[in-house]
Amino acid sequence: MPIITYREALNQALREEMARDDRVFLMGEEVAVYNGAYKVSKGLLEEFGEMRVVDTPITELGFAGVGVGAAMVGLRPVVEFMTWNFALLAIDQVVNAAAKMLYMSGGQYPMPMVFRGPNGAALQLSAQHSQAFESWLAHIPGLKVVTPGTPYDAKGLLKAAIRDDNPVIVLEGEMLYNTKGEVPDEDYIVPIGVADLKREGDHCSIITNGKMALVAMQAADQLAKDGIRVDVVDLRTVRPMDVDAITTSVRKTNRAVVLEEGWEIAGIGAQVVDYVQRHCFDDLDAPVLRVHQADVPMPYAKQLEKSAKPDVAKTIAAVRKVMYLD
Amino acid sequence: MILQRRFEEKVGEAYALGKIGGFCHLYIGQEAVSTGVLSMLRPDDYVITTYRDHGQALARGMSPRAIMAELFGRIDGCSRGKGGSMHLFDRNLNFLGGHGIVGGHVPVAAGVGFAIKYRGGDQVIACFMGESVVNTGAFHEALNMAALWKLPCVFIIENNKYGMGTAVERAAAIKELDRRADAYDGMMGEHVDGQDVFAVREAVGRALAHARGESRPVLLEVRTYRYMGHSMSDAVSGTYRSKAELDEYLKRDPIALLAARMKEAGDLADADLDAMEQEIKVVCQDAWDFADASPEPPLDSLYEDVLAETGT
Repeated sequence: MPIITYREALNQALREEMARDDRVFLMGEEVAVYNGAYKVSKGLLEEFGEMRVVDTPITELGFAGVGVGAAMVGLRPVVEFMTWNFALLAIDQVVNAAAKMLYMSGGQYPMPMVFRGPNGAALQLSAQHSQAFESWLAHIPGLKVVTPGTPYDAKGLLKAAIRDDNPVIVLEGEMLYNTKGEVPDEDYIVPIGVADLKREGDHCSIITNGKMALVAMQAADQLAKDGIRVDVVDLRTVRPMDVDAITTSVRKTNRAVVLEEGWEIAGIGAQVVDYVQRHCFDDLDAPVLRVHQADVPMPYAKQLEKSAKPDVAKTIAAVRKVMYLD
Repeated sequence: MILQRRFEEKVGEAYALGKIGGFCHLYIGQEAVSTGVLSMLRPDDYVITTYRDHGQALARGMSPRAIMAELFGRIDGCSRGKGGSMHLFDRNLNFLGGHGIVGGHVPVAAGVGFAIKYRGGDQVIACFMGESVVNTGAFHEALNMAALWKLPCVFIIENNKYGMGTAVERAAAIKELDRRADAYDGMMGEHVDGQDVFAVREAVGRALAHARGESRPVLLEVRTYRYMGHSMSDAVSGTYRSKAELDEYLKRDPIALLAARMKEAGDLADADLDAMEQEIKVVCQDAWDFADASPEPPLDSLYEDVLAETGT
């Protein structure tokens, strides 16, 4: 099976879906002539032309709204935000328009569209450029929210998102774009709403999503050296959440750590823990612990930034704690 | 225009009786705008508007029954009781809804214009908005793209002089709002008397020639006045505007102006007007009765239409 980068996987997904359906178009800042701020759209302008690969001004609220309008009358826009930090300027279109149109029109106007772009922290980009928005977006009925952590999931989930008749949020990771993995040549999708058990173990469950799936796998490798075997449940989609995958794993291991990139309060992990206490109350041998970003805006200085981020060491510490090893 | 007026008088009555809840913004006084614009559009053109949407919905040809049932929150409403007064939609008429966030629907209109161009069609979209929209970022972002990409959008500012209770001159650092078009190369701007339905139609005719004929956006400021409060919860006059001002504008009631002009031309007799009033009275009462008899949406519809079920 070919090994390609996460970036190439997304590029393939866009190319294949645009070739498959001429209602699909890509718009956003620098997506065309510049080939994408992160080169995800490389070569697409050349292949599909300027009507289908559309450079926009820096006008997030405006072009997100253009996507909404185009979707209302039957096109299938893919709206790229250069980062989700900038998408805050467009949140009215995502939350008030895209997410609600079908409901408030009594079912008349489905919104087949995708909002995508990098989410979460990279390296030393400081407070305004280092935020993980999963929980903000997952809060909203009417949206689906996917957070691929591998090239395989990135391609399959983006293709599924483009084919979905609902507004789908695709949260990518700037630090993931260069990561590599196996991606098949043939057409496939990863179904939205289905988690992936990325590693099997019976001592503890690490439930995670997005970029943190990599961190969880690294933690699992290190824990294995001490004979600790963990399940790594990669949610892949945070709305709708695969509750069965969570409960199946926790019933097996009786212990859980929830690892997420964003902040603690009202985070994705809080929702996971709620499902666990509701469905696995009698199965638990220890309180569930959470690993997340420190409750501060992201600092710039290297040491402070490292200290603020969830990482392998913090994840291992949490696993050992729920196993009463430390 | 008379249908819009009498229908909304009924709406006011139903609101007072508690049959209609929530926010409800009446259009009374502005009927020449909706009628003037929408009588010039083709059925395959698109329409999008704000939360003050009853007048345009009727003028576009939506069923008074379906609108009233929506206002009553009933299952036979145009949005199945999910939208209410601010969110009237009718896909069959390309009526893309009433929208509740000031300015939010203007980029959406640009997106419809984009889709028209994408498909190579010759439709236009008419986007209605209140004058307070011209101070939002969304408005400027949308107009910039519409001009940049030459989109067939007719943006219609219904300047009724007040954004809720704030007079336009206390909100906009520009007097002639259509001059906002000057900021964008290739965008035509024009202002017109919104109480004169013929003047509105003529201006819209010019706008359509530009938008449809040359695929260029147009900004039309239609100067009108609302005779009721901003919504059902504020006094008609006495706080932000005087009774004297209101009385002055009542002299230019668009329906009275039209009737007078038609009578003068010999196109309308008192008997015709009476017959029309009688017919409309029946239509409005029928809409009320229909809405009143329509069931509330069943509780199992609560979770319907949050998400579409199918994909491609």
